[in-house]
Amino acid sequence: MSAADFRKLADLFPDETVTHSYVQDIQLPAAGGKNSGGKPSAGTFALITLDNGLDHSKPTTLGPNTLVELGTVLEGLKDRAARGEIVGVGVTGKPYFLVAGADLSAVKSLNNRDHGLWMAQLGHDVYATLANLGVPSFAFINGVALGGGLEIALQSTYRTVSTGAGALALPEAFIGLVPGWGGVYILPRLIGPENAVKVMIENPLSNNRTLTGPQAFGLGMADAMFEPADFVEQSLAWAAGVISGDAAPERPNAVDPSDPAVAGRWAGAIAAGRAFVESKTSNASPAPAKVLDIMEANRTMSQEDSAALECETLAGLMQTDEFRSTVYAFLDLVQKRTKRPAGAPDRKLARPVTKVGVVGAGLMAGQLALLFARQLKVPVVMTDIDQARVDKGVGYVHAEVDKLLAKKRISPDAANRTRALVTGSVSKEAFADADFVIEAVFEELNVKKQVFAEVEAIVSPECILATNTSSLSVTAMAADLVHPERLVGFHFFNPVAVMPLLEIVRAPKTDDAVLATAFELAKGLKKSAVLVKDAAAFVVNRLLLRLMGEVTAAFDEGTPAEVADNALRPMGLPMTPFTLGAMVGLPVAQHVQESLHAAFGDRFTVSQNLQKLIDNGVKSLWAPEKGPDGKPFIPAETLALLSFGTSPSTGGEVLRRTQDALAEEIGLMLDEGVVAGPEDIDLCMILGAGWPMFLGGITPYLDRVGASERVNGKRFLAPGVASAAVAA
Amino acid sequence: MSQARSSRNTRTVRDVVFVDGVRTPFGRAGEKGIYAGTRADDLVVKCIRELMRRNPSLPADRVDEVAIAATTQTGDQGLTIGRTAALLAGLPRTVPGFAVDRMCAGAMTAVTTTASGIAFGAYDVVIAGGVEHMGNHPMGEGGDPNPRFMSERLVDPAALNMGNTAENLHDRFPAITKDRTDAYAVASQDKLAAAYGKGQIQPDLAPVATMKPGQGWTVNTVDEPPRPGTSLEDLAALRTPFRPHGRVTAGNAAGLNDGATAALLASADAAAELGLPVKMRLVSYAFAGVEPEVMGIGPVPATEKALRNAGLGIGDIGLFEINEAFAVQVLSFLDHFGISDDDPRVNRYGGAIAVGHPLASSGVRLMNQLARQFEEDPSVRYGMTTMCIGLGMGATVIWENPRHSEYAGYSGAVFPGDNSAAETATTEPATTETEGAAA
Repeated sequence: MSAADFRKLADLFPDETVTHSYVQDIQLPAAGGKNSGGKPSAGTFALITLDNGLDHSKPTTLGPNTLVELGTVLEGLKDRAARGEIVGVGVTGKPYFLVAGADLSAVKSLNNRDHGLWMAQLGHDVYATLANLGVPSFAFINGVALGGGLEIALQSTYRTVSTGAGALALPEAFIGLVPGWGGVYILPRLIGPENAVKVMIENPLSNNRTLTGPQAFGLGMADAMFEPADFVEQSLAWAAGVISGDAAPERPNAVDPSDPAVAGRWAGAIAAGRAFVESKTSNASPAPAKVLDIMEANRTMSQEDSAALECETLAGLMQTDEFRSTVYAFLDLVQKRTKRPAGAPDRKLARPVTKVGVVGAGLMAGQLALLFARQLKVPVVMTDIDQARVDKGVGYVHAEVDKLLAKKRISPDAANRTRALVTGSVSKEAFADADFVIEAVFEELNVKKQVFAEVEAIVSPECILATNTSSLSVTAMAADLVHPERLVGFHFFNPVAVMPLLEIVRAPKTDDAVLATAFELAKGLKKSAVLVKDAAAFVVNRLLLRLMGEVTAAFDEGTPAEVADNALRPMGLPMTPFTLGAMVGLPVAQHVQESLHAAFGDRFTVSQNLQKLIDNGVKSLWAPEKGPDGKPFIPAETLALLSFGTSPSTGGEVLRRTQDALAEEIGLMLDEGVVAGPEDIDLCMILGAGWPMFLGGITPYLDRVGASERVNGKRFLAPGVASAAVAA
Repeated sequence: MSQARSSRNTRTVRDVVFVDGVRTPFGRAGEKGIYAGTRADDLVVKCIRELMRRNPSLPADRVDEVAIAATTQTGDQGLTIGRTAALLAGLPRTVPGFAVDRMCAGAMTAVTTTASGIAFGAYDVVIAGGVEHMGNHPMGEGGDPNPRFMSERLVDPAALNMGNTAENLHDRFPAITKDRTDAYAVASQDKLAAAYGKGQIQPDLAPVATMKPGQGWTVNTVDEPPRPGTSLEDLAALRTPFRPHGRVTAGNAAGLNDGATAALLASADAAAELGLPVKMRLVSYAFAGVEPEVMGIGPVPATEKALRNAGLGIGDIGLFEINEAFAVQVLSFLDHFGISDDDPRVNRYGGAIAVGHPLASSGVRLMNQLARQFEEDPSVRYGMTTMCIGLGMGATVIWENPRHSEYAGYSGAVFPGDNSAAETATTEPATTETEGAAA
């Protein structure tokens, strides 16, 4: 076939932002290079530049039209090679990108399995031409090379990489696909099966980690590495050396799969990969296992046979809602929606923040002070009721700075600067010239109201007051303020330095300037902010507690602990409910649950068993270490504290019950106007609770399993948003 | 290098050698030129990196200074381009840099200034060069001449336009006719084409990759300005833009160009210590001022002064690399010294009329070419690089060929391109002509 045979697919995407394949003929320097004098050129080298003509904020991607153009160009070059007109072909990209990968929006919209298969076959058709030009092909990896972009490089005969290249990866297992344009076949052969599993499985499933140019070179993914300042020049000179036979790359990590020793390593790498997938996803998403299935099978296959398997697998995975949900979560939410938070006022209304006050010097206060000082680089003053607490709080921040310095995360000068920015005082007078004061005191309404009354007596009328409350009413906190319009909720997640979400809580009187400032602050703190209405526990904690409440209730009713706690495995959540409860702290969880029960009634059941654990100082239901059989167990003395009902559920029943509870709660939250839409719920759960993208956060999953229809009589998201456009 | 070399008791003047020089291919300025869309500082970076690559025995932290010239020091030629280029080239942050401006003699001044620092003992090794992206920085851009130039008749405003000064030079020397300048220009094109054919130009060019919208990356390895095969008839048809029925045309003058150059200079001692080759030894240099209205005559007094400094006569000079801003300016120099228009000692590879003249970069191009001619012709002992400068100046640097039989200094472990056995490096300080003249 030729690329033109896929025109029918390309024609489905008339609006594709095409990445063009521009060809320049370059006369290679004669062998011997610079001292060759006037000797004739070593031949003509055709260099393809992949460029969409847009600036670096618009990555180059591979859509059907792009691939057809590239394939047609390569076929022309193959003809020229056959005529002896060229001695080699190179592929590189516009500045900062080789290619950022397949056009996921386009792939996601391929609802017909045949169209998906065409897309997979089109890629293979184009890359097969690249790999069989009749002359050597070279990829000059100048920048970002993801997925199908990196596979262009892998399918080339040789590769150079820039020391400045960032983001090299095969993220398909994370996206919900497989590196099925040859990556899964070539990579283990090129860099060894263990490294290949690291690149294709471990990195994608570890927050979609990518490789730098030097890391990729270290793994053996490129034959030569050059600095960005003259990367193209040096890559071409290197290619000339290879073509003339002066330079022959060594590939110490490359393996021959037919070697029995390699077969053993191959199987070991697959097994390690499967264990990793199980630990990270509970096998809740099909794609990672498929990557390993193909790699396992293709050890003894020809590249053509593997290609056929890759295409079939891709075509199947493209029709999964796990894939579509991931694209929705990754592109529509995390990449796009975070940049324009729904409901955020015009940023021009924002006021400058040149000094921050933190009321309290406890652990949360210290985390906040460190974050503000590091990111905003403005003075931060912490207050508490006595000097000892103040010293301890400031001391914590300084110690954290020292840790960052020891890990070389910051320079000595930055450490000095940050330490100097954070000071403490026993008097709130220190807040007099602050623009923003946030409280992190005990989670008790009257305490917080008292604090704000004191602060308001000192600060300017424009100074913004913020609360980090997780469950109290911001509205009630503002009730007695002289300027209630200045109070805003600023709810971080633990650990503050790591978790990317910030729930910004608008109380009824919070004014736009305050809100705009809060959003600008969030940006300055490098957090993704979601605007939420003042409703008990906002979004993340409300849903987490509803979920934990359902599972705990099932346990209290008599469901065995291992059944209850493992019932949600098919969702692939980052940890089980009981583990989460222990991590949050049982008293904290119970406290929030009580607030929610007070606000919403019996939907949030307060577990008497849980209270008994708290009363007896038990920190976790599960014993800290595993039992003799290697499984978690509940210590007998813990068990003795508890009492159970007589209506146990199966895991399936617990799962369904939890799905329905989540669907009910989200439906109510949307009715109450807690957030602008289900997208914000999903964004919150992804960024604040680490819920997986293959769930799309949560609402695509609830639509997928029918919970939305069961409970609310309708879906959260229209078909096509995070699922197939037309119901199958 | 722990020994102090500048204290009161031990002051010596040290020999300075030209180790190596490179340049980018030159481009035609303007939207269609090869460097449209390319930054001037990036052109310098290519040269510095090529120099470092060609001289791997030089540790980067031994570079003591980076002096880069540019006539217009704003935008991509601003921000103290010697320092920015050093950082962008990946030299260690410990390597300082500065910017130089003497219009067309910028790179030449970068060389003489840093060479003086070497001789004085302030530096061991330096990088000196220049750049002009005349597409990004049209000549005279942003200039604000003091009105006193006009009100007090200090300088004829017309003298700020170099083409006018070239016409003025024709007025002063009626013997230099348009026929002679056109013939000289044709010869310049022919000589450059021949030099390209023999591979005498290409070895000192640093390739420059460029990317243009809708075209993709390419790599530039040859000069864009040359118009090989230019005939007298072609030139006769050109306009005389500076005067009706004038003599100066685009054909007998250098064009508007983009390009960069860089050279590696060292003390003879440091070159020996680091095993660096020696292509030329600096003998003397001089700058001189003339009437701005006839700036093209500048090389004459500069040369007389440099010869005097060196204790040499014009007859001692076996090779001339004279910048061809205008053919009339070259011919005025040749006439002054009684050298014929087609003397084979002059601009053997052709000159700026053919290859181009990105203002502040050209000085090092002249040196690169003289160094290669020295290598080709060990019978020549002394050579000269000289050029005219806007606002009425001239610059001349005299060099000695280390391959000449009477050369006494350190001449490098191995001559580049030589297959002969390494010569024994001498670390004894050579007595320089400069010192002799000063004594």
